Amino acid sequence: MKYILLIYGDEQAWAGLSKEEMEAMYAGHNAYAQALTEAGVTFSGSELKPVSTATSIRFGNGGSKTIDGPFAETKEQLAGYYVIDVEHLEQALGWAEKMPGMNSGTVEVRPLA
Amino acid sequence: MFLSRIVENVVRTDGRRVLAGLIRLTGDFDAAEDALQEAYARAMAVWGREGVPDRPAAWLNTVARRIAIDRNRRDRGVDPPEELEAPPVVIEEEHEVEDDRLRLLFVCCHPALSPEARCALALRTLGGLTTREIARGFVEPEATTAQRLVRAKKKIREARIPYEVPPREKLPERIETVLSVIYLIFNEGYASTDAPSLLRPDLVAEAIRLARLTVDLLPDVAEARGLLALLLLTDSRRAARTTAAGEIVPLEEQDRSLWDPGQIAEGVRLLDDALALRAAGPYQTQAAIAALHVTASTPAETDWPQIAALYRALLRMMPTPVIEFNAAVAEGMATTLERALEGIARVERGGQLASYYLLPAAKADVLRRLGRSDDAAAAYREAIALVTNPAERRYLEKRLAECALALPPLRG
Repeated sequence: MKYILLIYGDEQAWAGLSKEEMEAMYAGHNAYAQALTEAGVTFSGSELKPVSTATSIRFGNGGSKTIDGPFAETKEQLAGYYVIDVEHLEQALGWAEKMPGMNSGTVEVRPLA
Repeated sequence: MFLSRIVENVVRTDGRRVLAGLIRLTGDFDAAEDALQEAYARAMAVWGREGVPDRPAAWLNTVARRIAIDRNRRDRGVDPPEELEAPPVVIEEEHEVEDDRLRLLFVCCHPALSPEARCALALRTLGGLTTREIARGFVEPEATTAQRLVRAKKKIREARIPYEVPPREKLPERIETVLSVIYLIFNEGYASTDAPSLLRPDLVAEAIRLARLTVDLLPDVAEARGLLALLLLTDSRRAARTTAAGEIVPLEEQDRSLWDPGQIAEGVRLLDDALALRAAGPYQTQAAIAALHVTASTPAETDWPQIAALYRALLRMMPTPVIEFNAAVAEGMATTLERALEGIARVERGGQLASYYLLPAAKADVLRRLGRSDDAAAAYREAIALVTNPAERRYLEKRLAECALALPPLRG
């Protein structure tokens, strides 16, 4: 069963990380990917560029309209995701808990349909 | 015709165990319940014709499983095999059955479900209550409860919450969730927020039953025993808590001969067992406080210094404003009323209990004892503005009326 792990956090805080902290963050994700591989979990994922780069198409009134921002302005932003293939929610939550670099923020776990 | 009585009996004593196994087998709450219902119907027919089998529960279990498997095959377009009406009796090992119930307990109390859904699901599947009974228990429309149950079952299925005892590293957190669900059910029954009377004994009894089940399933968990002890000790005062007319009787005015000695003895014994496991926790600590209250033969003999010490310990485990408030009151009871007043004022200044009626109620009570009728009356009015339970409101109004009469203080 595939689950998406949506990583939400304060973009500003991430942007303010020092070079060393940033490197530690990426090293954390490399190690995480390594751990997934070693556990035999098929996965994919990516970091996202900042919300300031987002463009949305809003639908309604029989048409669509281009909006210069994300789906919703929030205090925490979607910063990246993993899609992992595991047996059940318990395992997916186990991986979500191990998400590197999370001193605050949220990882939302949703099954793929 | 005693057959329906016999079937009823099997349903009551073994139905939930059979259901737990069916849920594991099918991975689906509704399919499991349907199969069990069908098995009951067949039991009525077959037992009526051929007599009741030696082990009715095992018969029911086997037939229900077969029904579930056949239906699953049929749903997937595979021909069902010949249905046997008198299956061989294959009884499962007792520990396997218990494992099923343990798994189910963790599924029903999974933190991925809302607390309301956890309570409803635990009462439905482990307690065997009907949707109507649960709705009555939580004073909500039956449709709301039904919707809650449907959503919870759907989430279990769609997000694939596994029928498993959680992994070892998550067990402490998950056990805590299980215990909190039971505590929530008890509390809703014991100090209901809006029922016309104070008590909803159905929920109290169900919570105690679930706590017993948890102790059976997790015998090494001290806090499970602590919780059961807490519930039994708290509930032991039930008969004395209200008058026949449903009016509240405060602890110190209760007729202690009405307290249930059997329940107190069992609670104290459970607490001793729990403490012997040497893993202290909030439920054991609260049970110890409850034990000190119910083992005092008169209000004056209550060991307040010990209770205050336990509240201080509890506050270290769970630093919440409500416990800080209780600790302050206990401290005052152990020393002087003035100190209680200071402690309550300190919590009040913290501002986190602004809508908690028990705070002004306790303040009023202390002021009344100090003979400060006018201040007490003001505090009672504050409490009345916040209270939701009608019986509690009537009690506070009665006290307020006494203040207005400016009676001399009952105690100095």
